Amino acid sequence: MRKLTNRIYIGLVFLFLYIPIFVLIANSFNASKSRTVWTGFTFDWYVKLFHNETILGSLLNTLIIALVASVAATLLGTLAAIGIYNMKKVTRTIVMNISYLPIINPEIVTGVSLMLLFVAMKIELGYVTLILAHITFCVPYVILNVLPKLRQMDRNLYEAALDLGCTPTLAFRKVVIPEIMPGIMTGFLMSITYSIDDFVISYFTHGATSQTLPITIFSMTRRKVSPEVNALSAILFVVILAIMIIMNVSEMRKLPEDQRRRAAKAAKKGGRA
Amino acid sequence: MNNLRSRLAATPYLAWMIIFMVVPLALIVVFAFTTTVPCDAEGNILTDEEAYLIQEEETLIWEEQGTPEEERVSAVSEKTIFTVQNILEVNKYMPTMLSSIWMALVATVICLLIGYPLAYMISRMHFVSQKMMLMLVMLPMWMNFLLRTYAWMTLLERNGLINRFLGLFGVGPFNMINTQGAVILGMIYNYLPFMILPLYSVMTKIENTTIEAAQDLGANRLTVMWRVVVPLSVPGINSGITAVFIPSVSTFIISRMLGGGTNMLIGDLIDLQFLGNAYNPNLGSAISLVLMVFILLCMSITNAFDMEDKEGGMLL
Repeated sequence: MRKLTNRIYIGLVFLFLYIPIFVLIANSFNASKSRTVWTGFTFDWYVKLFHNETILGSLLNTLIIALVASVAATLLGTLAAIGIYNMKKVTRTIVMNISYLPIINPEIVTGVSLMLLFVAMKIELGYVTLILAHITFCVPYVILNVLPKLRQMDRNLYEAALDLGCTPTLAFRKVVIPEIMPGIMTGFLMSITYSIDDFVISYFTHGATSQTLPITIFSMTRRKVSPEVNALSAILFVVILAIMIIMNVSEMRKLPEDQRRRAAKAAKKGGRA
Repeated sequence: MNNLRSRLAATPYLAWMIIFMVVPLALIVVFAFTTTVPCDAEGNILTDEEAYLIQEEETLIWEEQGTPEEERVSAVSEKTIFTVQNILEVNKYMPTMLSSIWMALVATVICLLIGYPLAYMISRMHFVSQKMMLMLVMLPMWMNFLLRTYAWMTLLERNGLINRFLGLFGVGPFNMINTQGAVILGMIYNYLPFMILPLYSVMTKIENTTIEAAQDLGANRLTVMWRVVVPLSVPGINSGITAVFIPSVSTFIISRMLGGGTNMLIGDLIDLQFLGNAYNPNLGSAISLVLMVFILLCMSITNAFDMEDKEGGMLL
Protein backbone atom coordinates (compact mmCIF):
# COMPACT_ATOMS: atom_id res chain seq x y z
CA MET A 1 0.00 0.00 0.00
CA ARG A 2 2.73 2.38 1.01
CA LYS A 3 4.73 1.45 -2.05
CA LEU A 4 1.74 2.26 -4.23
CA THR A 5 1.25 5.74 -2.73
CA ASN A 6 4.97 6.35 -3.17
CA ARG A 7 4.74 5.40 -6.82
CA ILE A 8 1.72 7.62 -7.39
CA TYR A 9 3.50 10.53 -5.73
CA ILE A 10 6.65 10.07 -7.81
CA GLY A 11 4.52 9.73 -10.93
CA LEU A 12 2.66 12.96 -10.21
CA VAL A 13 5.86 14.97 -9.68
CA PHE A 14 7.35 13.66 -12.91
CA LEU A 15 4.11 14.40 -14.70
CA PHE A 16 4.43 17.98 -13.51
CA LEU A 17 8.03 18.12 -14.70
CA TYR A 18 7.46 16.57 -18.11
CA ILE A 19 3.98 17.56 -19.33
CA PRO A 20 5.03 21.06 -20.47
CA ILE A 21 7.95 19.62 -22.43
CA PHE A 22 5.80 17.00 -24.09
CA VAL A 23 3.23 19.63 -25.02
CA LEU A 24 5.99 21.63 -26.71
CA ILE A 25 7.19 18.58 -28.61
CA ALA A 26 3.67 17.62 -29.66
CA ASN A 27 3.05 21.15 -30.89
CA SER A 28 6.18 21.06 -33.01
CA PHE A 29 4.34 18.61 -35.28
CA ASN A 30 1.11 20.60 -35.26
CA ALA A 31 0.17 22.02 -38.65
CA SER A 32 -1.76 24.87 -37.07
CA LYS A 33 0.08 27.95 -35.85
CA SER A 34 -2.20 28.01 -32.84
CA ARG A 35 -0.72 26.28 -29.86
CA THR A 36 -3.95 24.71 -28.70
CA VAL A 37 -5.80 23.37 -31.75
CA TRP A 38 -4.53 20.28 -33.47
CA THR A 39 -5.10 20.49 -37.22
CA GLY A 40 -2.76 17.86 -38.56
CA PHE A 41 0.72 16.43 -38.58
CA THR A 42 3.55 18.31 -40.25
CA PHE A 43 7.34 18.62 -40.39
CA ASP A 44 7.06 22.19 -41.73
CA TRP A 45 8.37 23.84 -38.59
CA TYR A 46 11.52 21.74 -38.66
CA VAL A 47 12.12 22.70 -42.28
CA LYS A 48 11.50 26.36 -41.43
CA LEU A 49 13.82 26.08 -38.44
CA PHE A 50 16.70 24.86 -40.58
CA HIS A 51 16.17 27.71 -43.01
CA ASN A 52 16.03 30.32 -40.29
CA GLU A 53 19.25 32.31 -40.65
CA THR A 54 18.84 34.03 -37.29
CA ILE A 55 18.57 30.78 -35.36
CA LEU A 56 21.41 29.06 -37.19
CA GLY A 57 23.63 32.12 -36.85
CA SER A 58 22.99 32.43 -33.14
CA LEU A 59 23.56 28.71 -32.67
CA LEU A 60 26.97 29.11 -34.27
CA ASN A 61 27.68 32.13 -32.05
CA THR A 62 26.70 30.14 -28.98
CA LEU A 63 28.99 27.26 -29.85
CA ILE A 64 31.98 29.47 -30.68
CA ILE A 65 31.59 31.50 -27.50
CA ALA A 66 31.10 28.40 -25.36
CA LEU A 67 34.19 26.74 -26.77
CA VAL A 68 36.50 29.75 -26.51
CA ALA A 69 35.25 30.70 -23.05
CA SER A 70 35.47 27.14 -21.70
CA VAL A 71 38.99 26.53 -22.97
CA ALA A 72 40.16 29.84 -21.47
CA ALA A 73 38.29 29.20 -18.23
CA THR A 74 39.76 25.71 -17.93
CA LEU A 75 43.32 26.95 -18.38
CA LEU A 76 42.85 29.86 -16.01
CA GLY A 77 40.99 27.74 -13.47
CA THR A 78 43.42 24.82 -13.44
CA LEU A 79 46.38 27.13 -12.87
CA ALA A 80 44.39 28.94 -10.19
CA ALA A 81 43.54 25.68 -8.44
CA ILE A 82 47.25 24.78 -8.26
CA GLY A 83 48.02 28.20 -6.85
CA ILE A 84 45.19 28.03 -4.31
CA TYR A 85 46.29 24.52 -3.28
CA ASN A 86 49.65 25.98 -2.24
CA MET A 87 48.34 29.02 -0.43
CA LYS A 88 48.34 29.61 3.28
CA LYS A 89 44.99 29.22 4.97
CA VAL A 90 44.13 32.91 5.27
CA THR A 91 44.92 33.81 1.66
CA ARG A 92 43.17 30.69 0.51
CA THR A 93 39.99 31.62 2.34
CA ILE A 94 40.00 35.08 0.78
CA VAL A 95 40.62 33.75 -2.72
CA MET A 96 37.96 31.07 -2.33
CA ASN A 97 35.45 33.69 -1.22
CA ILE A 98 36.16 35.67 -4.37
CA SER A 99 35.67 32.47 -6.34
CA TYR A 100 32.25 31.97 -4.84
CA LEU A 101 31.18 35.50 -5.83
CA PRO A 102 29.97 34.66 -9.35
CA ILE A 103 28.15 31.60 -8.01
CA ILE A 104 26.39 33.31 -5.11
CA ASN A 105 25.80 36.70 -6.68
CA PRO A 106 22.41 36.96 -8.40
CA GLU A 107 23.00 36.55 -12.14
CA ILE A 108 21.23 39.76 -12.98
CA VAL A 109 23.57 41.76 -10.73
CA THR A 110 26.63 40.10 -12.28
CA GLY A 111 25.18 40.92 -15.69
CA VAL A 112 24.52 44.59 -15.08
CA SER A 113 27.80 45.07 -13.23
CA LEU A 114 29.75 43.67 -16.18
CA MET A 115 27.72 45.88 -18.49
CA LEU A 116 28.69 48.92 -16.41
CA LEU A 117 32.34 47.84 -16.59
CA PHE A 118 32.34 47.37 -20.37
CA VAL A 119 30.60 50.68 -20.91
CA ALA A 120 33.06 52.43 -18.57
CA MET A 121 36.02 50.79 -20.34
CA LYS A 122 34.46 51.78 -23.69
CA ILE A 123 34.58 48.21 -25.00
CA GLU A 124 31.86 47.78 -27.58
CA LEU A 125 29.32 45.15 -26.54
CA GLY A 126 29.69 42.10 -28.76
CA TYR A 127 31.65 38.87 -29.06
CA VAL A 128 34.54 40.12 -26.93
CA THR A 129 32.36 41.17 -24.03
CA LEU A 130 30.34 37.96 -24.22
CA ILE A 131 33.49 35.83 -24.09
CA LEU A 132 34.97 37.87 -21.23
CA ALA A 133 31.72 37.56 -19.26
CA HIS A 134 31.39 33.83 -19.92
CA ILE A 135 34.97 33.14 -18.84
CA THR A 136 34.27 35.02 -15.62
CA PHE A 137 31.29 32.93 -14.56
CA CYS A 138 32.84 29.64 -15.76
CA VAL A 139 36.25 29.75 -14.02
CA PRO A 140 34.94 29.10 -10.50
CA TYR A 141 33.35 25.83 -11.62
CA VAL A 142 36.71 24.64 -12.98
CA ILE A 143 38.42 25.53 -9.69
CA LEU A 144 35.75 23.79 -7.63
CA ASN A 145 36.28 20.62 -9.66
CA VAL A 146 40.07 20.62 -9.86
CA LEU A 147 40.82 21.57 -6.26
CA PRO A 148 39.34 18.40 -4.68
CA LYS A 149 41.34 16.27 -7.13
CA LEU A 150 44.54 18.04 -6.07
CA ARG A 151 43.69 17.40 -2.43
CA GLN A 152 43.06 13.71 -3.08
CA MET A 153 46.37 13.37 -4.88
CA ASP A 154 49.27 11.88 -2.98
CA ARG A 155 51.81 14.68 -2.82
CA ASN A 156 54.62 12.20 -2.39
CA LEU A 157 54.12 11.00 -5.95
CA TYR A 158 55.27 14.36 -7.24
CA GLU A 159 58.19 14.46 -4.83
CA ALA A 160 59.14 10.93 -5.83
CA ALA A 161 59.17 11.90 -9.50
CA LEU A 162 61.50 14.77 -8.63
CA ASP A 163 63.76 12.46 -6.63
CA LEU A 164 63.92 10.08 -9.55
CA GLY A 165 65.30 12.86 -11.69
CA CYS A 166 62.28 14.45 -13.28
CA THR A 167 62.39 18.16 -13.92
CA PRO A 168 59.49 19.96 -12.23
CA THR A 169 57.90 20.48 -15.64
CA LEU A 170 58.12 16.84 -16.57
CA ALA A 171 56.91 15.68 -13.18
CA PHE A 172 54.00 18.07 -13.48
CA ARG A 173 53.09 16.77 -16.92
CA LYS A 174 53.55 13.08 -16.16
CA VAL A 175 52.30 12.90 -12.58
CA VAL A 176 50.09 15.81 -11.63
CA ILE A 177 48.13 16.36 -14.83
CA PRO A 178 46.96 12.72 -15.15
CA GLU A 179 45.89 12.76 -11.50
CA ILE A 180 43.73 15.85 -11.81
CA MET A 181 42.51 15.22 -15.37
CA PRO A 182 39.02 14.00 -14.37
CA GLY A 183 38.49 17.26 -12.44
CA ILE A 184 39.71 19.34 -15.37
CA MET A 185 37.39 17.53 -17.76
CA THR A 186 34.35 17.91 -15.47
CA GLY A 187 35.14 21.59 -15.07
CA PHE A 188 35.46 22.02 -18.82
CA LEU A 189 32.18 20.24 -19.53
CA MET A 190 30.38 22.21 -16.84
CA SER A 191 31.75 25.43 -18.32
CA ILE A 192 30.46 24.50 -21.77
CA THR A 193 27.05 23.63 -20.36
CA TYR A 194 26.72 26.82 -18.35
CA SER A 195 27.97 28.92 -21.24
CA ILE A 196 25.53 27.42 -23.76
CA ASP A 197 22.64 27.71 -21.33
CA ASP A 198 23.33 31.21 -20.04
CA PHE A 199 20.74 33.83 -20.79
CA VAL A 200 20.78 36.50 -18.10
CA ILE A 201 24.45 37.52 -18.22
CA SER A 202 24.54 37.31 -22.03
CA TYR A 203 21.41 39.44 -22.18
CA PHE A 204 23.25 42.34 -20.54
CA THR A 205 26.60 41.91 -22.30
CA HIS A 206 25.66 41.07 -25.89
CA GLY A 207 25.71 43.45 -28.82
CA ALA A 208 23.27 43.82 -31.70
CA THR A 209 25.12 41.40 -33.99
CA SER A 210 26.32 38.88 -31.44
CA GLN A 211 23.13 37.15 -30.36
CA THR A 212 23.44 33.78 -28.69
CA LEU A 213 20.79 31.10 -29.00
CA PRO A 214 19.05 31.83 -25.67
CA ILE A 215 18.76 35.49 -26.65
CA THR A 216 17.24 34.55 -30.00
CA ILE A 217 14.83 32.21 -28.22
CA PHE A 218 13.86 35.05 -25.93
CA SER A 219 13.05 37.38 -28.79
CA MET A 220 11.08 34.60 -30.47
CA THR A 221 8.97 33.84 -27.43
CA ARG A 222 8.05 37.49 -27.14
CA ARG A 223 6.22 37.22 -30.44
CA LYS A 224 3.88 34.82 -28.61
CA VAL A 225 3.33 32.47 -31.56
CA SER A 226 6.47 30.95 -33.01
CA PRO A 227 6.18 27.23 -33.75
CA GLU A 228 9.86 27.08 -34.70
CA VAL A 229 10.62 27.41 -30.99
CA ASN A 230 8.68 24.20 -30.42
CA ALA A 231 10.68 22.40 -33.08
CA LEU A 232 13.89 23.70 -31.55
CA SER A 233 12.83 22.50 -28.08
CA ALA A 234 12.06 19.06 -29.43
CA ILE A 235 15.46 18.77 -31.08
CA LEU A 236 17.25 20.01 -27.96
CA PHE A 237 15.30 17.59 -25.78
CA VAL A 238 16.26 14.61 -27.92
CA VAL A 239 19.92 15.68 -28.03
CA ILE A 240 20.06 16.14 -24.25
CA LEU A 241 18.30 12.84 -23.67
CA ALA A 242 20.82 11.08 -25.89
CA ILE A 243 23.79 12.69 -24.13
CA MET A 244 22.41 11.76 -20.71
CA ILE A 245 21.74 8.15 -21.67
CA ILE A 246 25.22 7.78 -23.15
CA MET A 247 26.80 9.33 -20.06
CA ASN A 248 24.86 7.09 -17.69
CA VAL A 249 25.53 3.93 -19.61
CA SER A 250 29.26 4.61 -19.80
CA GLU A 251 29.31 5.43 -16.09
CA MET A 252 27.56 2.15 -15.28
CA ARG A 253 30.10 0.28 -17.41
CA LYS A 254 32.99 1.92 -15.62
CA LEU A 255 31.73 0.76 -12.26
CA PRO A 256 33.55 -2.47 -11.34
CA GLU A 257 31.23 -5.45 -11.31
CA ASP A 258 31.67 -6.30 -7.62
CA GLN A 259 31.06 -2.72 -6.54
CA ARG A 260 27.82 -2.71 -8.46
CA ARG A 261 26.77 -5.94 -6.83
CA ARG A 262 27.60 -4.60 -3.40
CA ALA A 263 25.64 -1.42 -4.05
CA ALA A 264 22.69 -3.44 -5.30
CA LYS A 265 22.78 -5.59 -2.18
CA ALA A 266 22.87 -2.53 0.07
CA ALA A 267 19.97 -1.01 -1.79
CA LYS A 268 17.94 -4.20 -1.50
CA LYS A 269 18.53 -4.23 2.23
CA GLY A 270 17.24 -0.68 2.27
CA GLY A 271 14.15 -1.68 0.37
CA ARG A 272 13.09 -3.89 3.24
CA ALA A 273 13.51 -1.17 5.85
CA MET B 1 54.82 28.07 -13.57
CA ASN B 2 54.70 24.31 -14.11
CA ASN B 3 55.78 23.69 -10.57
CA LEU B 4 53.35 22.09 -8.19
CA ARG B 5 54.69 24.20 -5.35
CA SER B 6 53.96 27.43 -7.17
CA ARG B 7 51.66 29.80 -5.43
CA LEU B 8 51.95 32.27 -8.28
CA ALA B 9 49.91 30.06 -10.58
CA ALA B 10 46.79 31.73 -9.24
CA THR B 11 47.96 35.22 -10.17
CA PRO B 12 46.35 35.43 -13.64
CA TYR B 13 43.11 34.16 -12.19
CA LEU B 14 43.21 36.65 -9.33
CA ALA B 15 43.89 39.52 -11.71
CA TRP B 16 41.00 38.33 -13.87
CA MET B 17 38.56 38.10 -10.98
CA ILE B 18 39.55 41.51 -9.68
CA ILE B 19 38.99 43.12 -13.09
CA PHE B 20 35.82 41.28 -14.04
CA MET B 21 34.16 40.61 -10.70
CA VAL B 22 35.41 42.87 -7.92
CA VAL B 23 35.73 46.07 -9.97
CA PRO B 24 32.26 45.67 -11.56
CA LEU B 25 30.69 45.16 -8.14
CA ALA B 26 32.56 48.22 -6.90
CA LEU B 27 31.16 50.08 -9.91
CA ILE B 28 27.66 49.10 -8.78
CA VAL B 29 28.37 50.67 -5.40
CA VAL B 30 29.82 53.81 -7.04
CA PHE B 31 26.85 54.18 -9.38
CA ALA B 32 24.42 53.57 -6.55
CA PHE B 33 25.83 56.49 -4.58
CA THR B 34 26.34 58.98 -7.40
CA THR B 35 24.32 60.85 -9.93
CA THR B 36 25.19 63.07 -12.90
CA VAL B 37 24.02 66.67 -12.71
CA PRO B 38 24.53 69.61 -15.05
CA CYS B 39 27.02 72.25 -13.94
CA ASP B 40 28.44 75.50 -15.33
CA ALA B 41 32.02 76.32 -16.29
CA GLU B 42 33.01 77.00 -12.68
CA GLY B 43 31.62 73.65 -11.60
CA ASN B 44 28.58 75.04 -9.83
CA ILE B 45 25.66 72.67 -9.89
CA LEU B 46 22.70 73.83 -11.93
CA THR B 47 19.14 72.69 -11.87
CA ASP B 48 17.83 71.10 -15.05
CA GLU B 49 15.87 74.28 -15.79
CA GLU B 50 18.87 76.57 -15.42
CA ALA B 51 20.95 74.32 -17.65
CA TYR B 52 18.21 74.30 -20.24
CA LEU B 53 17.93 78.11 -20.20
CA ILE B 54 21.68 78.57 -20.61
CA GLN B 55 21.79 76.11 -23.48
CA GLU B 56 18.85 77.85 -25.19
CA GLU B 57 20.62 81.17 -24.90
CA GLU B 58 23.91 79.77 -26.20
CA THR B 59 22.19 78.24 -29.21
CA LEU B 60 20.57 81.57 -30.02
CA ILE B 61 23.92 83.38 -29.87
CA TRP B 62 25.66 80.69 -31.94
CA GLU B 63 22.99 80.87 -34.58
CA GLU B 64 23.23 84.66 -34.72
CA GLN B 65 27.00 84.57 -35.08
CA GLY B 66 26.90 81.60 -37.42
CA THR B 67 29.36 79.60 -35.32
CA PRO B 68 30.13 76.29 -37.06
CA GLU B 69 28.93 73.12 -35.35
CA GLU B 70 32.37 71.95 -34.15
CA GLU B 71 33.22 75.25 -32.45
CA ARG B 72 30.10 75.32 -30.30
CA VAL B 73 31.36 74.53 -26.83
CA SER B 74 28.67 74.80 -24.21
CA ALA B 75 29.37 76.27 -20.81
CA VAL B 76 27.12 73.62 -19.37
CA SER B 77 28.77 70.29 -18.70
CA GLU B 78 28.02 67.25 -16.61
CA LYS B 79 29.42 66.35 -13.27
CA THR B 80 29.14 63.27 -11.10
CA ILE B 81 28.32 63.93 -7.48
CA PHE B 82 27.80 61.85 -4.38
CA THR B 83 24.19 61.33 -3.38
CA VAL B 84 22.05 59.02 -1.30
CA GLN B 85 19.01 59.94 -3.37
CA ASN B 86 19.14 56.70 -5.38
CA ILE B 87 19.16 54.55 -2.28
CA LEU B 88 16.28 56.56 -0.83
CA GLU B 89 14.41 56.21 -4.07
CA VAL B 90 14.57 52.43 -3.79
CA ASN B 91 12.06 52.90 -0.99
CA LYS B 92 9.49 53.85 -3.60
CA TYR B 93 9.74 50.33 -4.97
CA MET B 94 9.29 48.66 -1.58
CA PRO B 95 5.95 47.04 -2.52
CA THR B 96 7.55 45.36 -5.55
CA MET B 97 10.53 44.22 -3.51
CA LEU B 98 8.36 42.82 -0.73
CA SER B 99 6.08 41.04 -3.16
CA SER B 100 9.01 39.44 -4.99
CA ILE B 101 10.49 38.26 -1.70
CA TRP B 102 7.08 36.90 -0.75
CA MET B 103 6.61 35.11 -4.08
CA ALA B 104 10.10 33.62 -3.95
CA LEU B 105 9.47 32.46 -0.38
CA VAL B 106 6.19 30.77 -1.32
CA ALA B 107 7.89 29.08 -4.29
CA THR B 108 10.78 27.91 -2.06
CA VAL B 109 8.46 26.46 0.59
CA ILE B 110 6.36 24.62 -2.01
CA CYS B 111 9.53 23.28 -3.65
CA LEU B 112 10.67 22.00 -0.27
CA LEU B 113 7.29 20.38 0.41
CA ILE B 114 7.21 18.70 -3.01
CA GLY B 115 10.93 17.90 -3.18
CA TYR B 116 11.56 16.53 0.31
CA PRO B 117 9.40 13.39 0.10
CA LEU B 118 10.53 12.78 -3.46
CA ALA B 119 14.22 13.05 -2.57
CA TYR B 120 13.70 10.69 0.38
CA MET B 121 11.86 8.13 -1.72
CA ILE B 122 14.58 8.23 -4.37
CA SER B 123 17.33 7.86 -1.77
CA ARG B 124 15.73 4.63 -0.45
CA MET B 125 15.45 3.04 -3.88
CA HIS B 126 17.48 0.35 -5.53
CA PHE B 127 20.87 1.66 -6.66
CA VAL B 128 20.09 1.43 -10.36
CA SER B 129 16.66 3.05 -9.98
CA GLN B 130 18.27 5.88 -8.04
CA LYS B 131 20.47 6.66 -11.04
CA MET B 132 17.46 6.53 -13.37
CA MET B 133 15.36 8.79 -11.17
CA LEU B 134 18.16 11.33 -10.81
CA MET B 135 18.52 11.44 -14.55
CA LEU B 136 14.80 12.08 -14.89
CA VAL B 137 15.01 14.91 -12.35
CA MET B 138 17.97 16.51 -14.12
CA LEU B 139 16.75 16.13 -17.69
CA PRO B 140 14.28 19.08 -17.69
CA MET B 141 16.95 21.19 -16.00
CA TRP B 142 19.13 20.86 -19.08
CA MET B 143 16.49 22.39 -21.31
CA ASN B 144 16.94 26.12 -21.57
CA PHE B 145 14.76 27.75 -18.94
CA LEU B 146 13.27 30.12 -21.51
CA LEU B 147 11.84 27.15 -23.35
CA ARG B 148 10.54 25.61 -20.14
CA THR B 149 8.82 28.85 -19.20
CA TYR B 150 7.50 29.25 -22.73
CA ALA B 151 5.90 25.82 -22.39
CA TRP B 152 3.83 27.07 -19.48
CA MET B 153 2.59 29.99 -21.56
CA THR B 154 0.97 27.41 -23.85
CA LEU B 155 -0.63 25.62 -20.95
CA LEU B 156 -1.88 28.57 -18.93
CA GLU B 157 -3.30 30.82 -21.64
CA ARG B 158 -6.92 31.89 -21.60
CA ASN B 159 -7.65 29.43 -24.42
CA GLY B 160 -4.70 27.27 -23.47
CA LEU B 161 -4.63 23.56 -22.91
CA ILE B 162 -5.58 23.56 -19.23
CA ASN B 163 -8.62 25.72 -19.82
CA ARG B 164 -9.62 23.60 -22.80
CA PHE B 165 -9.26 20.46 -20.72
CA LEU B 166 -11.35 21.93 -17.91
CA GLY B 167 -13.84 23.13 -20.49
CA LEU B 168 -14.60 19.52 -21.35
CA PHE B 169 -16.12 19.21 -17.90
CA GLY B 170 -17.86 22.54 -18.18
CA VAL B 171 -15.52 24.27 -15.73
CA GLY B 172 -13.80 27.58 -16.34
CA PRO B 173 -12.22 29.14 -18.25
CA PHE B 174 -9.99 30.53 -15.54
CA ASN B 175 -7.68 33.46 -15.74
CA MET B 176 -4.37 31.79 -15.05
CA ILE B 177 -1.67 33.50 -17.05
CA ASN B 178 -0.53 37.00 -16.01
CA THR B 179 -1.28 36.34 -12.36
CA GLN B 180 0.93 36.08 -9.31
CA GLY B 181 0.12 32.40 -9.13
CA ALA B 182 1.47 31.84 -12.63
CA VAL B 183 4.77 33.49 -11.74
CA ILE B 184 5.10 31.37 -8.59
CA LEU B 185 4.28 28.27 -10.62
CA GLY B 186 7.00 29.21 -13.09
CA MET B 187 9.50 29.53 -10.26
CA ILE B 188 8.53 26.16 -8.79
CA TYR B 189 8.70 24.45 -12.15
CA ASN B 190 12.06 25.91 -13.09
CA TYR B 191 13.82 25.47 -9.77
CA LEU B 192 12.32 22.29 -8.28
CA PRO B 193 15.31 20.16 -9.41
CA PHE B 194 17.60 22.59 -7.53
CA MET B 195 15.77 21.56 -4.37
CA ILE B 196 15.63 17.83 -5.05
CA LEU B 197 19.31 17.35 -5.96
CA PRO B 198 20.99 18.70 -2.79
CA LEU B 199 18.35 17.00 -0.62
CA TYR B 200 19.00 13.70 -2.36
CA SER B 201 22.76 13.98 -2.07
CA VAL B 202 22.51 14.35 1.71
CA MET B 203 19.81 11.73 2.18
CA THR B 204 21.62 9.09 0.18
CA LYS B 205 24.35 9.23 2.81
CA ILE B 206 21.92 8.30 5.58
CA GLU B 207 22.51 4.59 6.21
CA ASN B 208 19.54 2.27 6.32
CA THR B 209 21.06 0.79 9.48
CA THR B 210 20.61 4.16 11.21
CA ILE B 211 16.92 4.13 10.37
CA GLU B 212 16.61 0.48 11.41
CA ALA B 213 18.30 1.24 14.70
CA ALA B 214 15.73 3.93 15.42
CA GLN B 215 12.92 1.54 14.53
CA ASP B 216 14.39 -1.19 16.75
CA LEU B 217 14.45 1.28 19.59
CA GLY B 218 10.72 1.75 19.19
CA ALA B 219 10.37 4.80 16.98
CA ASN B 220 7.42 4.83 14.62
CA ARG B 221 7.65 6.15 11.07
CA LEU B 222 6.88 9.73 11.98
CA THR B 223 9.40 9.77 14.79
CA VAL B 224 12.06 8.28 12.54
CA MET B 225 11.36 11.00 10.00
CA TRP B 226 11.33 13.84 12.47
CA ARG B 227 14.07 12.76 14.86
CA VAL B 228 16.49 11.02 12.47
CA VAL B 229 16.04 11.84 8.80
CA VAL B 230 15.20 15.55 9.07
CA PRO B 231 18.09 16.46 11.42
CA LEU B 232 20.53 14.55 9.23
CA SER B 233 19.34 16.31 6.09
CA VAL B 234 19.61 19.89 7.39
CA PRO B 235 22.63 20.73 5.18
CA GLY B 236 20.68 19.58 2.14
CA ILE B 237 17.63 21.62 3.19
CA ASN B 238 19.85 24.66 3.52
CA SER B 239 21.48 24.37 0.14
CA GLY B 240 18.14 23.52 -1.45
CA ILE B 241 16.53 26.63 0.02
CA THR B 242 19.32 28.91 -1.19
CA ALA B 243 19.43 27.22 -4.59
CA VAL B 244 15.72 27.91 -5.12
CA PHE B 245 15.30 31.21 -3.33
CA ILE B 246 18.15 33.20 -4.90
CA PRO B 247 17.26 32.62 -8.55
CA SER B 248 13.55 33.01 -7.75
CA VAL B 249 13.92 36.36 -6.03
CA SER B 250 16.13 37.80 -8.76
CA THR B 251 14.49 36.42 -11.89
CA PHE B 252 12.98 38.75 -14.44
CA ILE B 253 12.16 36.40 -17.29
CA ILE B 254 9.61 34.25 -15.50
CA SER B 255 7.66 37.32 -14.44
CA ARG B 256 7.99 38.83 -17.91
CA MET B 257 6.67 35.71 -19.61
CA LEU B 258 4.09 34.48 -17.14
CA GLY B 259 3.29 37.65 -15.21
CA GLY B 260 2.44 39.78 -18.21
CA GLY B 261 4.23 42.88 -17.00
CA THR B 262 1.80 43.47 -14.15
CA ASN B 263 3.51 41.23 -11.62
CA MET B 264 6.91 42.89 -11.54
CA LEU B 265 9.81 41.48 -9.55
CA ILE B 266 13.05 43.11 -8.36
CA GLY B 267 14.76 41.74 -11.46
CA ASP B 268 12.28 43.52 -13.73
CA LEU B 269 12.98 46.79 -11.93
CA ILE B 270 16.72 46.40 -12.49
CA ASP B 271 16.25 45.42 -16.13
CA LEU B 272 14.02 48.48 -16.70
CA GLN B 273 16.71 50.81 -15.40
CA PHE B 274 19.45 49.35 -17.60
CA LEU B 275 17.87 48.16 -20.84
CA GLY B 276 14.27 49.29 -20.48
CA ASN B 277 12.39 52.51 -20.92
CA ALA B 278 13.21 53.96 -17.51
CA TYR B 279 16.93 54.21 -18.33
CA ASN B 280 18.70 55.17 -15.10
CA PRO B 281 21.80 53.10 -14.29
CA ASN B 282 22.26 54.96 -11.00
CA LEU B 283 18.88 53.89 -9.67
CA GLY B 284 19.38 50.45 -11.22
CA SER B 285 22.67 50.07 -9.38
CA ALA B 286 21.03 51.15 -6.13
CA ILE B 287 18.35 48.46 -6.52
CA SER B 288 21.02 45.89 -7.44
CA LEU B 289 23.01 46.85 -4.36
CA VAL B 290 19.99 46.41 -2.12
CA LEU B 291 19.25 43.02 -3.71
CA MET B 292 22.87 41.94 -3.28
CA VAL B 293 23.02 42.95 0.37
CA PHE B 294 19.69 41.25 1.03
CA ILE B 295 20.90 37.99 -0.52
CA LEU B 296 24.21 38.10 1.37
CA LEU B 297 22.23 38.51 4.59
CA CYS B 298 20.03 35.54 3.71
CA MET B 299 23.09 33.44 2.90
CA SER B 300 24.76 34.25 6.19
CA ILE B 301 21.59 33.26 8.02
CA THR B 302 21.42 29.85 6.31
CA ASN B 303 25.18 29.44 6.77
CA ALA B 304 24.77 29.97 10.48
CA PHE B 305 22.61 26.83 10.54
CA ASP B 306 25.20 24.92 8.63
CA MET B 307 28.55 24.62 10.32
CA GLU B 308 30.10 22.50 7.60
CA ASP B 309 33.26 23.80 6.00
CA LYS B 310 32.15 24.90 2.57
CA GLU B 311 35.58 25.31 1.13
CA GLY B 312 35.45 21.98 -0.64
CA GLY B 313 33.01 21.99 -3.49
CA MET B 314 29.62 23.42 -2.70
CA LEU B 315 27.61 23.61 -5.85
CA LEU B 316 24.55 25.75 -5.92
